[in-house]
Amino acid sequence: MQQITRDLLIEKASAFLEKENNSCVIGWRKGEFDYDITPYVFDNKEDLEKYFVWNDFCGANVSKYLINKTQKYDKTLVFLKPCDTYSFNQLLTEHRFSRDKVYAIGIPCEGMANVNKVKAIAGEGIEKIEFLPEGLKVTNLYGDEPAVIAYTDVLAERCLNCKSKAHVAYDELIGEDGSVISSNRFDEVERLEKMTPDERFAFWQKELSKCIRCNACRDVCPACSCEKCVFDNPASGVENKAPASSMEEKMFHIIRAFHVAGRCTDCGECSRVCPQGIPLHLLNRKFIKDINEFYGEYQAGAVEGSRAPLVDYTEGDIEPYEIFDRGDK
Amino acid sequence: MQRIGVFVCWCGSNIAATVDVKAVSEALLKEPGVVFSTDYQYMCSQAGQNMIIEAVKEHNLTGIVVCSCSPRMHEATFRKTAKSAGLNPYMVEIANIREQCSWVHKDIQTGTEKAIILGKAAVAKVNLNAPLTPGETPVTKRALVIGGGIAGIQTALDIAEAGFKVDIVEKQPTIGGKMAQLDKTFPTLDCAACILTPKMVDVAQNDKIRIFSYSEVEGVSGFVGNYDVKIRRKARYVKEDICTGCGACVDKCPMKKVPNEFNLGMDNRHAIYIPFAQAVPKVATIDPNTCNMLKNGKCGVCAKVCTAGAIDYKQKDTIIEEKYGAIVVATGFNPISMEKFDEFAYNQSKDVITSLEFERLTNAAGPTQGKLLRPSDNVHPHTIVFVQCVGSRCSACAEKGKEYCSKICCMYTAKHAMLVRDKYPDTEVYVFYIDVRTPGKAFDEFQRRAVEEYGVKYIKGMVGKVSPEGNKLKVQASDLLNNKQIHIDADLVVLAAAIEPDKSARPLATMLTASMDTNDFFTEAHPKLRPVESPTAGVFLSGACQGPKDIPETVSQASAAAVKVVGLLAKNKLTGNPCIASSNELMCNGCSSCERVCPYGAITYVDKEFRMPDRTTKVRRVAQVNAAVCQGCGACTVACPSGAMDLRGFTSAQIMAEVDAICK
Repeated sequence: MQQITRDLLIEKASAFLEKENNSCVIGWRKGEFDYDITPYVFDNKEDLEKYFVWNDFCGANVSKYLINKTQKYDKTLVFLKPCDTYSFNQLLTEHRFSRDKVYAIGIPCEGMANVNKVKAIAGEGIEKIEFLPEGLKVTNLYGDEPAVIAYTDVLAERCLNCKSKAHVAYDELIGEDGSVISSNRFDEVERLEKMTPDERFAFWQKELSKCIRCNACRDVCPACSCEKCVFDNPASGVENKAPASSMEEKMFHIIRAFHVAGRCTDCGECSRVCPQGIPLHLLNRKFIKDINEFYGEYQAGAVEGSRAPLVDYTEGDIEPYEIFDRGDK
Repeated sequence: MQRIGVFVCWCGSNIAATVDVKAVSEALLKEPGVVFSTDYQYMCSQAGQNMIIEAVKEHNLTGIVVCSCSPRMHEATFRKTAKSAGLNPYMVEIANIREQCSWVHKDIQTGTEKAIILGKAAVAKVNLNAPLTPGETPVTKRALVIGGGIAGIQTALDIAEAGFKVDIVEKQPTIGGKMAQLDKTFPTLDCAACILTPKMVDVAQNDKIRIFSYSEVEGVSGFVGNYDVKIRRKARYVKEDICTGCGACVDKCPMKKVPNEFNLGMDNRHAIYIPFAQAVPKVATIDPNTCNMLKNGKCGVCAKVCTAGAIDYKQKDTIIEEKYGAIVVATGFNPISMEKFDEFAYNQSKDVITSLEFERLTNAAGPTQGKLLRPSDNVHPHTIVFVQCVGSRCSACAEKGKEYCSKICCMYTAKHAMLVRDKYPDTEVYVFYIDVRTPGKAFDEFQRRAVEEYGVKYIKGMVGKVSPEGNKLKVQASDLLNNKQIHIDADLVVLAAAIEPDKSARPLATMLTASMDTNDFFTEAHPKLRPVESPTAGVFLSGACQGPKDIPETVSQASAAAVKVVGLLAKNKLTGNPCIASSNELMCNGCSSCERVCPYGAITYVDKEFRMPDRTTKVRRVAQVNAAVCQGCGACTVACPSGAMDLRGFTSAQIMAEVDAICK
């Protein structure tokens, strides 16, 4: 359960809207159900009171919205969970919005729930979810006895392997700041690395063949913020291209993984939004792990303005033959 | 649509022997855009070039593909041909069917097949070529010489002689380099100092030359004709312009036990020192690691005795920035470390020395005032063993030593042996060698004189082990010609250590984006035809930084490099390369990735207003390329996450078209 309350955030947001002209607040609003919460841009107090929510289903990383909203509004308040602040910093490093137009409030996060895990335990037909100290109380349509599920049982994968409870950027912080955690987030990558190339190819073939090219992963990704995406650009020759072979099917994700290599903050949004449940974050984590091993520990977004190893040259850089010798581990 | 002419060259039999040139010409005629195709024996000849010019006129060609040798060889030739035919020179593409095809294939069928594929790729590219116009940049009329040894000195003098300004950056407190440490020079045996020091004085007195001694190059940016160089002037704690070099401070300095680098640690110097009597500039330098005043504030004797008031304990390193049109690398060499050569007992006995140490030992200004005395007990040695090729000509898999021949050791060992026998005829001198290599004017005669007139005992074979026993060195060796083992009780063993480039060369090469070989010698632009130029425009090579060399060769190369520099500085303007990057502002995110990878600092950002489809305006940060600074390396086009950066003449679309043509 989240420590801070919705009311506290609404209070902060209302005061901000009152104080700043032509301003907005980026946060989360409730959806049709208690679990389908979406990002939302609030520009009046009434909407805040009516729709604003803050609970264990506010997993969406809202930092990417700053690119457009700072163009429209003079001042934008944004609520950032610790992992969101990495994306925030990375966007700043890439000059994607101007810092002085933003007021960032860091909020603590106890980890977010994965709705699919909730459904797997509580079954379909969820009508109501209540947040009790001991767990989620899930009531269904069929009048069954409500189930109480421990928060730890439904934590999203990225929260189980949370890399940091520390906010790396903010103007104001609510509650006490946490610290960077040594997580086990590379365990799954290591498992894939240990496979034979054939096994690994089969793994990715199976996963990526589920892709329906809805572009949700690209649309949500804070690192995917090009003015004109190559997959939308008629001049690129690959715009909306239907895969001609099972290899081309994979190309979209492989190109995207290369595209965000060294810039990915491992926020995990790609896997969260994938309607087909493809573990896309593993591709990005493989890059992060390799960069750590080749160039020393580096986490995109940890420090604003940092020079990422892939766009920097130092005399200590790994030589190509060392990478070659390492083989396809 | 382009109208392309294809010209397939035979290159005599170089290409025609392994590529069916007629078949290539016929196959390429079927490619899209190709309206004319032919073959000829020597396309680069005047007749071949005229053929191209006539074809352009007759068939209204808009693009040309020449299937011939590497573009490094004749791209410029055919661009000129296109220009004289009235075409834009950048409408020419070369398909390299010689180096990358006929020379590497033995079978005419596979050779022809590949030549056709390479030709198709070039045609595909020309179909997307656009006329390009180069810009012009001015030239800074000053050269920088990095390294103040004999190579750097000669280059600087020659450039200054031609009327251009030169700066020498030398990391030691004095110029002179390795030659200043030598005793006599082969093959004429004149004294190194006698012929070097007048040149050092010439440098000091030349008003076109500035010497930055005790300084190092810290950073280089810019490009040919317009380099910006940061030079770190290390604090010497002595005001260079006030010090008279009288040496009073040196005499009085109480810190006397500092190993003297100039004599390779065979005697001591003071904490404040002037490396040698003829140093240029003749200015004292305080060694901060050993000076008591600088270490713990206790002493200050030198400041008290300096009547000129030149001592300044508070001096700090300063960084100066200078502009240069050309840069000459003259960083020289060092003998390799003998640490790994345990078999010669270099670390166990003071009487096993390197040849450079031997030079100091026989030098009148050396630790023994020129008397040949053993370092261990100052006794005159009666049996001396010289070992050649220590660390040179090692097998590639050897963990120690170098694969190459250090070139100078045969001659200086002959010189050492001869000098010993001349001064001390009672001394037995053995030289162990693998081969004696003495090509060069009057070189072989010199070595034979050592054997025939001076009675130096040359033995073909290597020394296997040197073991100190009592005051003798037991030398175990093999005599290959007589097929027997030899044991010699020597008093002194001299190792002809291999030479390697100075350690400062590699970081410098990185700063200059100049290429190096696997041994860290600088690579020349062409091993035969452009031996004093680096492949990086505006960077020239002088002396042993490019490969092992003796003094005559070094001086020749130094003067040759100077001529190349003068040729560059004599121009008022340089024609740039039009194949440079540009950003498509509609796609640019302004993310700074390109700026971070640009080695030339050619990219800046501006906030620009864009009209949006809904009639609003939006201000976005976008990249702009400085055409005068961009060198067309293409790093930015790869780093750009949104595909906004493209390289003119090598656009992504052109390269993809080539790849498609090859894979089709």
